[in-house]
Amino acid sequence: MNTVTLSRAFFGTSLAFHIIFATLGIGLSLMIFISEMLYHWRKDTDYAVMAKRWTKAFAILLGVAIPTGTIVGVQLALLWPGFTKIVGQVISVPFQIEIFAFFLEALFMSIYVYAADRLTPFLRLLSLFFVMLGATASAVLITSANTWMNTPAGFSMKQDGSIYDVNPWEAFFNPSFFTGSFHVVITAYLAGAGTIAAVAGWKLLKRNEKTAQEIAYHKKGLVLGLVVTLVTGLLMGMSGHASAVNLYDHTPEKLAAAEGLFETQSYAPLAIGGFVDANTHEVRYGIEIPWALSILAAFKPSAVVQGLNDFPIETWPPFYTHTFFNLMVFAGTLMIAISGLGLAYWYFIHRKRGKQFPKWLLWATVALGPLGFIGIETGWIFSCSGRQPWTIYQFQTTAQAATKADFVGPLFFLFIVLYVFLGALTVIVLRVFFRRHPLTADLATDGGKRS
Amino acid sequence: MSEESVAILILWALVFAYSILGSIDFGTGFWGMVYAEHKTMAGKLANRYLSPTWEVTNTLLVFVVVAFIGFFPKAAYTLATVMFVPVTLILFLVAIRSTFMVFSYSLAGYERLLRIVSGITGLLIPALLITVLPVTEGAFVSTQGGKEVLLYSKLFSSPALYAYMLFGLTSELFLSALFLADFAREQGSEETYRVYRRNAIFIGPFTLVTAVVALVSTGPETRWLLQNLAGEIPWFALSLGLFVLGYASLWWNNRAHGSLGWPRIAVLAIIGQYAFASYAYGKAHLPYIVHPDLTVKTAFTTEATFYSLLILYAVGIAILLPGFIFFWNLFLKDRSFIRDGKE
Ligand code: HDD
Ligand code: HEM
Ligand code: HEM
Repeated sequence: MNTVTLSRAFFGTSLAFHIIFATLGIGLSLMIFISEMLYHWRKDTDYAVMAKRWTKAFAILLGVAIPTGTIVGVQLALLWPGFTKIVGQVISVPFQIEIFAFFLEALFMSIYVYAADRLTPFLRLLSLFFVMLGATASAVLITSANTWMNTPAGFSMKQDGSIYDVNPWEAFFNPSFFTGSFHVVITAYLAGAGTIAAVAGWKLLKRNEKTAQEIAYHKKGLVLGLVVTLVTGLLMGMSGHASAVNLYDHTPEKLAAAEGLFETQSYAPLAIGGFVDANTHEVRYGIEIPWALSILAAFKPSAVVQGLNDFPIETWPPFYTHTFFNLMVFAGTLMIAISGLGLAYWYFIHRKRGKQFPKWLLWATVALGPLGFIGIETGWIFSCSGRQPWTIYQFQTTAQAATKADFVGPLFFLFIVLYVFLGALTVIVLRVFFRRHPLTADLATDGGKRS
Repeated sequence: MSEESVAILILWALVFAYSILGSIDFGTGFWGMVYAEHKTMAGKLANRYLSPTWEVTNTLLVFVVVAFIGFFPKAAYTLATVMFVPVTLILFLVAIRSTFMVFSYSLAGYERLLRIVSGITGLLIPALLITVLPVTEGAFVSTQGGKEVLLYSKLFSSPALYAYMLFGLTSELFLSALFLADFAREQGSEETYRVYRRNAIFIGPFTLVTAVVALVSTGPETRWLLQNLAGEIPWFALSLGLFVLGYASLWWNNRAHGSLGWPRIAVLAIIGQYAFASYAYGKAHLPYIVHPDLTVKTAFTTEATFYSLLILYAVGIAILLPGFIFFWNLFLKDRSFIRDGKE
């Protein structure tokens, strides 16, 4: 592998690892905030217990989110110095505000975790609110930088690569900022809620070993997880659609690659599944829904959708983006279906007729956890790979951005070892922690609300 | 003042703030390891400081990187290329250190492991971080076939590198010992105070010696820097004066505590000492960011970005300051821990 390819693999791996923890940080902070609110509203101490236990998990996960974030943040400069040079001149604003968001989250997270017993209930809620705000803001801000790479704005470039006419705020609010950041934030909440529902479903699968009190607790967690999954799932569909429309307007070759569309046409079909055949230039083994792409992209079947043949072949994104796009949409659709079904069962059959959740439905809710992360990972790989060969769309290619340093390969290997090690360690620490602090003990003291 | 001067001044302030807080953070990790089983509170005190603060210190590190990229993107390009390996190794160590810090807080019973990890990384990270100084002085970079490379064999065989590392380590241990001495006094544990006072007294003079050795041993490529440094003698004199003041204050009689030393004065004076010395060093380093190709002027960002960053700093600090004050009062002024420890 040459240095450029190595850099891409290195950076992609670091980010893929970071976002697992970062996304859980965002999603869990919302869930913790909601359950603290529910506790104050309903005076049901089960919700206090939930907030307490999720916070413990959150604190452990943050222990990986922050250092891996530090890694990707610095690697952005290390692996893509050419990109950083332009970033520094045009789009440093979101990175800078993000630092403040990190401070906000770090300060109040430390306060909430290390000094919880010294805070009044109002200050606890306020700290949590700031933690959630800080985490969500981090996502919005980093996405601003990423959307700017997809739809650059706010500067001009001379032949020799020098930059002039910079408007940092125009760069910040680039054409895909709103759709992009909305989609990212919503899907982070979605993945967090899906994880909560998944854990509760998993616990209920082993209901035989549990006390009635524990089962009641897990049911509340399940319903709360499902409700948030469904609500954010529906918003996710809307925001994802808006992102697709945005592709149609600003980066048509990305949309064309996502759909394996070569010929520019009206009444364009939507291709689901299958793979793009590089020789025949068509989607094999996929299902084609006539007209659907035109309708999705521009709300009318006669709309013309540009195909890849309209673009020089050197600027075609890789064909595998079709698969990643499909996987993301598939994950999202399934999550809406499962959470909708679960809630319908809970409301119409469990509550009205007293029947327990069947095993298959609990297994389906368990799937919500992995599905959320499949969506996140494939979505990002789609977004970043679909931008190829550009790092900054139509301004800088990935090869121009990449480092020329030596030893990228060995260090990449070192970091793979690091990520495997940290990932395994996180799982072990979470398991040991919750085995040492069983739910029954927390329920007995109502999460410290009564002791 | 020109725009570049404002930018480099802000960057200097951030680097300075990080080098003090980072020194305290990493050094505290080391003391926590050394005094793990000590009969005083020395080890516990160190951990008590680290638990809530490492995250904020870490964010400051990222802040320095982002500010550097924002203000001097073209210098960031060169340094990122040249320092690729050392910085990547720093990231590796930082990741291990932070993760262990959090994990062992959550899992009681593994404190020993934490202390060893944070103690060892606490020595390695600063030693790697400080290599950036001789590199920016221009001694170890060469341009080969249009790309800048770090001359590893020259770097590793140069006594200057090791002198810089020693300077970094002694400074780290000195600053953190002083800080912990003051923190112990603040927390009312006189015997812990004495432990750290003794360490500070022992290490203090070495920081001066290693600093001088580092500067003079780099070689002919840095003669430009030495010449400029000679022009900053007044600042260094001031710095030395503050060192003498701070060092001496560790012997002044303190009636209120019935023992020797005013650690608060010592901490403030020594921070002042480092502030003046690093300001003078920075001034002598100008106009170069990386000698000889990159100056503050050629590396500077665009004007529009500069001004928007400036506004952001004002707004961001105004918003965050109350949070920091709350944080400080909650953790560093709080004495419940000594009470708990004595129960
Ligand atoms: C749980 C995760 C998840 C789910 C279920 C979905 N997405 Fe998504 N999607 C993301 C997570 C995500 C993401 C990780 O947040 C991305 C990556 C880059 C970005 O801006 O958001 C993304 C990007 C992204 C893009 C590319 C934006 C760009 O590159 O400019 C489009 C067009 C869509 N999504 C559309 C959809 C549609 C139509 C979905 C289903 C109905 C959908 N997404 C479900
Ligand atoms: C969608 C993608 C991303 C999301 C949702 C995300 C979100 C987060 C969150 C929630 C944290 C923890 C914040 C804290 O408590 O301090 C974090 C840490 C961090 N992230 Fe990410 N991040 C993403 C991608 C990136 C990228 C691409 C970079 C760099 C270019 C980055 C840089 C960082 C840094 C530097 C930290 C550590 C901050 C600290 O030291 O406190 N992140 N991120
Ligand atoms: C957080 C989840 C993300 C993941 C999983 C991800 C994944 C990837 C992958 C796989 C690549 C390599 C592309 C290829 O080889 O085809 C890449 C490239 C890149 N990504 Fe992302 N990315 C993420 C978010 C971001 C964000 C938020 C930014 C910017 C702020 C960003 C900036 C870049 C850059 C600069 C490159 C290298 C140049 C390029 O290939 O275009 N990424 N990313």
